[in-house]
Amino acid sequence: MNKIKLMEVCGTHTMAIAKSGIKAILPESVELVSGPGCPVCVTSQSDIDKAIAVSGIKDVIIATFGDMMRVPGEKESLAQAKSRGKDIRMVYSCMDALSIAKDNPKKRIVFIGVGFETTSPTVAATIMEAKRQKINNFFVLSCFKLIPPALYAVSNSDKVKIDGFICPGHVSVIIGTGPYEKFAACCKKPCVIAGFEDTDILVSIKRLVEMIKARSYKAEIEYKRAVTKNGNTKARKILASVFDVAPGQWRGIGIIEKSALKINKRYASFDAEKEFDIKISATLPKKGCMCGEVIQGIIYPNECKLFKRTCTPRNPKGPCMVSSEGACAAYYRYGK
Amino acid sequence: MENKTVTLAHGNGGRLMHELVDALRLKFSNKILDELTDAAEINLKGKRIAFSADSYVVKPLFFPGGDIGKLSVFGTVNDISMKGAVPVCISLSFIIEEGLPVKDLEKIADSISYAAKKSKVPVVTGDIKVVEKNAADKIFINTSGVGVINYKGRIGAKANPGDAIIINGPIAEHGLSILNARENLKFYSNIKSDCNNLNFETERCLKASSRISVMRDPTRGGVATALNEIAAASGIGIEIDEQAIPIKPAVKKLCDVLGLDPLYIANEGKFLCFVNNKDAKKVRKAIGANARIIGRVVSAHKKEVYLKTKIGANRILPTLEVDQLPRIC
Repeated sequence: MNKIKLMEVCGTHTMAIAKSGIKAILPESVELVSGPGCPVCVTSQSDIDKAIAVSGIKDVIIATFGDMMRVPGEKESLAQAKSRGKDIRMVYSCMDALSIAKDNPKKRIVFIGVGFETTSPTVAATIMEAKRQKINNFFVLSCFKLIPPALYAVSNSDKVKIDGFICPGHVSVIIGTGPYEKFAACCKKPCVIAGFEDTDILVSIKRLVEMIKARSYKAEIEYKRAVTKNGNTKARKILASVFDVAPGQWRGIGIIEKSALKINKRYASFDAEKEFDIKISATLPKKGCMCGEVIQGIIYPNECKLFKRTCTPRNPKGPCMVSSEGACAAYYRYGK
Repeated sequence: MENKTVTLAHGNGGRLMHELVDALRLKFSNKILDELTDAAEINLKGKRIAFSADSYVVKPLFFPGGDIGKLSVFGTVNDISMKGAVPVCISLSFIIEEGLPVKDLEKIADSISYAAKKSKVPVVTGDIKVVEKNAADKIFINTSGVGVINYKGRIGAKANPGDAIIINGPIAEHGLSILNARENLKFYSNIKSDCNNLNFETERCLKASSRISVMRDPTRGGVATALNEIAAASGIGIEIDEQAIPIKPAVKKLCDVLGLDPLYIANEGKFLCFVNNKDAKKVRKAIGANARIIGRVVSAHKKEVYLKTKIGANRILPTLEVDQLPRIC
């Protein structure tokens, strides 16, 4: 039998696989590659530069998740901007950013929104809450993305052939199995929605191999203790009331239709892109950085020429080395 | 040094901090200093003395399970104890930012009194300096400690192949309780700092075995960092069994939620004891019911620490490069 190539889509799975050493005990005929499910890693260079550009505007406080802090922009990272005295704060939830807005009525607070369907509903709920409380100094720079369109993009790529997908657990809590069922049938790729314990991942790999052998193209839930077929309809309703689906720019992949969330007209006054005149020069990823290939499973991190040479966790050149969910960071820390 | 300015990552116990320590140390290097243990061993007219120095700059000052006062007494007592010494006395000196509420200072003083009594080590001298607003963050406490070494063997930084590695209880509670309090994470949890004195436990170890090579409290940088330091200093390899490492379920869950690895999170009431395998059970018993044998020293893969995961795979347990960042989703 030919080698089977499976993709773990989600960055948290990438880290869990590395930490548990699953790759070391898999038979040689089964390969695991990382996919486009690490929020920071898929964020385009231009979005990161936008965030850093906003931090330079007078009387602005940037609130962001930890992972975004050290991602290199064209000139510097948010962490470097912070060490120069810019007011950039690490928050653990978007509601914290709203509290900062309430405490600093004379400043404008911009929350950098990165992430997938896991994260975006809570941000949508925060924007609704801001409107309800009539808070007018709170803005969101929405770089949110959707997982299912990325699956199609990876599956349709002629650069890599993936046989089956280990699908993200927490995203699926929100979106349910519907999008995967469609994808599995349409692209003839089996999907298993997996939990984050080592045994969850092992069981999912086993099921995928069985389905590939049986040519069964279904979407199954292994993570039954959290994921249901219908997902969280309330969260999806909140999402739909705040965001419009738009084309999204993905690192390395380019523009994917209907893959991003932008704040809709009703909530336009909270949209940082409308509030600020954000000017960035056309930016390119760092020369030689292959994060774009890594997140599509085209190469392994150690095949990038910068890996461990000029790109290290201390001096990251690309986001995959920064993020705690990044494939390069996982490779660097734990080896293959 | 690679960086032009000192960053917070230089203080996190990881690789950058080692670079900073070396940059300073090499300017006034000597045989005792170069051992790089928490306390130095000096010979005073035939008497072996342990001598340590430390500073406490914790934020917030009060956190579940402790405060800066308790932390400075216990931390200093522990530094002395890790050298295999019986602590005799400590000093405390305060740098106070103007504006600190007197009631906070009193609370800290009460806590110091409690900790000194609990560990049976008196505070015998000290100093107070007050600095203007913003020249310090509320209160910093600088300490030193003195102890007497009666142990026949020499407890230092070097472990031997064949040693067993014992830890005295569950890990990662201090760092996580601080994070929870500092960032106001609003997670309902009963995670409290493990902040505690270790001198009685180490004294029991010393009585139980004459073949202890290293004792180390895995504070900043956690168990993984301490093990890597010992592996590097001893030129030996270390193998740890993930399943044997005690960790409370609430701690593990909160780490999972935040995307943090408990092996890199600070402890303030834990110590690792490296002892000849023949005495391992005796020492474990002497420490108490929560103690576990978590690994061993090997002569293979020198200067590296390996972790045997729950599913039986071996992977490297590296030194922390930069601060752990909480993840997004």
